[in-house]
Amino acid sequence: MIKRIAFLALFFLLNYSYSQTISGKVLFKDNGVDFPIEGANIFWLNTNQGTITKAAGEFNIQKIRDVKSLVISYIGFKTDTIDIDDKKFITHYLTFSDDNELDEVTVSKKRNTIQRTYLMPQNVVKISEEELLKAACCNLSESFETNPSVDVNHNDAITGTKQIEMLGLKSPYILITEENIPMVRGASQTYGLGFTPGTWIESIQVTKGMGSVTNGYESIVGQINTEIKKPYSDMPFFFNLFNSIDGRVEANAHLKSTISDKIQTTSFIHYNNREKANDKNGDKFLDKPIQDQLNLLSKWQYTDAANGIVSFLNIRYLDDNKKVGSIDFNEKSDLSRLWGGEIFTNRFDSSFKLGYVNPKIPYQSLGFQLAYNFHDQESYYGLNDYNISQKSLFINLIYNSIISNTKNKIKAGLNFSSDSYDEFVFKSNIERTDRSFGGFFEYSFDNLNDFNLVFGLRYDNHNNLGSFFTPRLHFRYLLNDNFSIKGSAGTGRKIANIFAENQVIFLSNRKNLNKTFTEKLYGVNPEKATNLGFSLDHKVFLLGGQGNIIFDYYNTTFDNRVIIDFETPGEFNFYNSKLGKSKSNSFQAEFLFSKNNWNITAAYKKYDVKSYYNSGLKEKPLQPRNILFFNYGIESNKINDKNWKFDITYNRLGKQRLVRNPRDNFELVDPHFSINSQITRVFSSKFEVYLGGENINNFKQEDPIIMANNPFDPMFDASIVHGPIFGSTYYMGLRFKILN
Amino acid sequence: MKKLLFILLFIPTIVFSQEPKNKSAKADFEVKGLCDMCKTRIEKSTYTVKGLKYSNWDIPTNRLTVIYNNQKTSLDDIKKVIADAGHDNDKFTATDEAYNNLHFCCKYRDDKD
Repeated sequence: MIKRIAFLALFFLLNYSYSQTISGKVLFKDNGVDFPIEGANIFWLNTNQGTITKAAGEFNIQKIRDVKSLVISYIGFKTDTIDIDDKKFITHYLTFSDDNELDEVTVSKKRNTIQRTYLMPQNVVKISEEELLKAACCNLSESFETNPSVDVNHNDAITGTKQIEMLGLKSPYILITEENIPMVRGASQTYGLGFTPGTWIESIQVTKGMGSVTNGYESIVGQINTEIKKPYSDMPFFFNLFNSIDGRVEANAHLKSTISDKIQTTSFIHYNNREKANDKNGDKFLDKPIQDQLNLLSKWQYTDAANGIVSFLNIRYLDDNKKVGSIDFNEKSDLSRLWGGEIFTNRFDSSFKLGYVNPKIPYQSLGFQLAYNFHDQESYYGLNDYNISQKSLFINLIYNSIISNTKNKIKAGLNFSSDSYDEFVFKSNIERTDRSFGGFFEYSFDNLNDFNLVFGLRYDNHNNLGSFFTPRLHFRYLLNDNFSIKGSAGTGRKIANIFAENQVIFLSNRKNLNKTFTEKLYGVNPEKATNLGFSLDHKVFLLGGQGNIIFDYYNTTFDNRVIIDFETPGEFNFYNSKLGKSKSNSFQAEFLFSKNNWNITAAYKKYDVKSYYNSGLKEKPLQPRNILFFNYGIESNKINDKNWKFDITYNRLGKQRLVRNPRDNFELVDPHFSINSQITRVFSSKFEVYLGGENINNFKQEDPIIMANNPFDPMFDASIVHGPIFGSTYYMGLRFKILN
Repeated sequence: MKKLLFILLFIPTIVFSQEPKNKSAKADFEVKGLCDMCKTRIEKSTYTVKGLKYSNWDIPTNRLTVIYNNQKTSLDDIKKVIADAGHDNDKFTATDEAYNNLHFCCKYRDDKD
């Protein structure tokens, strides 16, 4: 009963705020003809509550108590103040200003930094550059900490690497692309997210559930696509410096040159290092690696709008070095008495893209992508040597057109990819080449009203997976203007790169029980999974702001899931799950709300991820059963381009299952939380300074490394990490820009 | 008889010579309207015409660009359905009934009621 009353009250509140909106139109008359004014400022007298008119001069504004006068202004026109009594709709004509002195009033429209796509059938969240600035750090793996679409977990107690997850599954099950070309995959799976500096990123699109068939058959739980800043629209110069109390120093410089009207190029330079040895917990092991990274990208853009041609060329080089392990460890010869390791990564990327849109027939276009990259990692973790190199070639051709009219769009294309791997693991050489050739077709229907649908099918011929179809379906239905339902279904496949994806294996003295690991595909069958999901999104208007209430549910069911089994102390094994199908269920409830210059995001996520181990059906270890997330951001009004920005994030991880180990005599880890916050002072459109803290509440997992005092004991293990090991850390940085 | 045959033979040529056969004929003309709702309404109305492939109405310029198969439909057919939906264009004027059915924010005609 109480619930029902609360529900009704909520509804009344919503309706009440609905009725308290007034809308209207701002126009001007020229020779008797009405012209709508787009971008006129509308605000309540003596307040900073306002809005701007849209394309047809229309606006909506929430009433505020005791203020009855609305100010309407636009450059070149007289500013008018009009009285609103009980009017619901007003049409107002502005008149030209007589004096030449323009009273400049600038109210810049604030767009949400996380945008959900309401109109697309896919469940996509777009993270803008502004959102990325909320956490000053530093690379792609750290870009998801201020929003709940992706979970960030600690990988291990040695390498400082962060692991991302979606729908309760790790990053190998996510298709991670850079400008729609597969990027973090195979050899780069463990460290690759740390190889894209944050300042290079223009935006990130996170697709939950099945992705499009045009991007391949690999995505299983989602897709993360990163767009790098484009030379055409980039600013001439950007510089960023960052320093953290853990000793991390980062510098980024972007330099754009305009070669001609049609050709622009940007050079991106990134360097970071940490020379400081941190050991806050006194276990004589480095909490974070000693590291340095040089990362260079040269990006070229050719645009010929009149002929519908746009083309990109990217060349990139990366050199990354990490030293891990004991604080006294120096070089490989110390291994007789100390545990340590080094990871040297070199990478070369090149890609070429060409897009053509028929200028006469805008719905016909052709896209071509060609990418080649080379990745080489040489490393040792204690007495475990691990080397991997990968050469990849990727070619994609897409044609876009329509069937009968633009309500029915089609995409068709061909795709070739080849990956050659060369690994050295447990003193054995393993070589493998994957080659696949495929064709895809995607049909989109939009009734221009309340329903759209995308159906895709691809057929691939793969030397190791055989020939197979991959179907995918997305739909969206609008129940009313404010309520949409989306659904998706499809399959994905993947060859498990057992060692490249699970380098934590080497951070312990676990004995490998799998004797067939040198055989074809490491002696396991490739994984296949079906993903189903739906989401409900309800827009709400309350307290003078706008929000969304979103529920989503996804289920992933595996055939042949490859299980990495750490269940027995001192041993590890991997195999296809034989006893049954492994499943992952995830549920998320999210509330987004923004009003004027502040916004909040609150989310609750519940995971049920279970796999059939040889020892039976078990929950996935180190997977929080639920996660609570809260973010609040506020920005002060801009005065002469100066303002303050502040945001705070609370993240609480629920209980996690631990594998049996000699350190912990319990099966479930207690929940813990962390608080991150950042404040930015914008001094001008060119210069800003930021200061922030991570894990301000200073939570630390005790004894993250098992047998740290005896790293040559068979029980030594740094892989069982369920929380932060470093405690709080603080950083500051600056950004300097030269604008056009 | 010979004459009749001659005429019959020429009929198709006469028909086709009026407009060259073009599966993707493009045209651009004025359609009166104001807002996003108008845009949706105008474009949606055109899609009811068989042979229409692409339709895009630009709010600031009030111009509609269409691509259509001129063997299946004519520009007049397209302009007619737009007027039926309530939007005046360079060829047809909407009936008062159709115009009055428009949402109040879409009333583009000058006369104030």
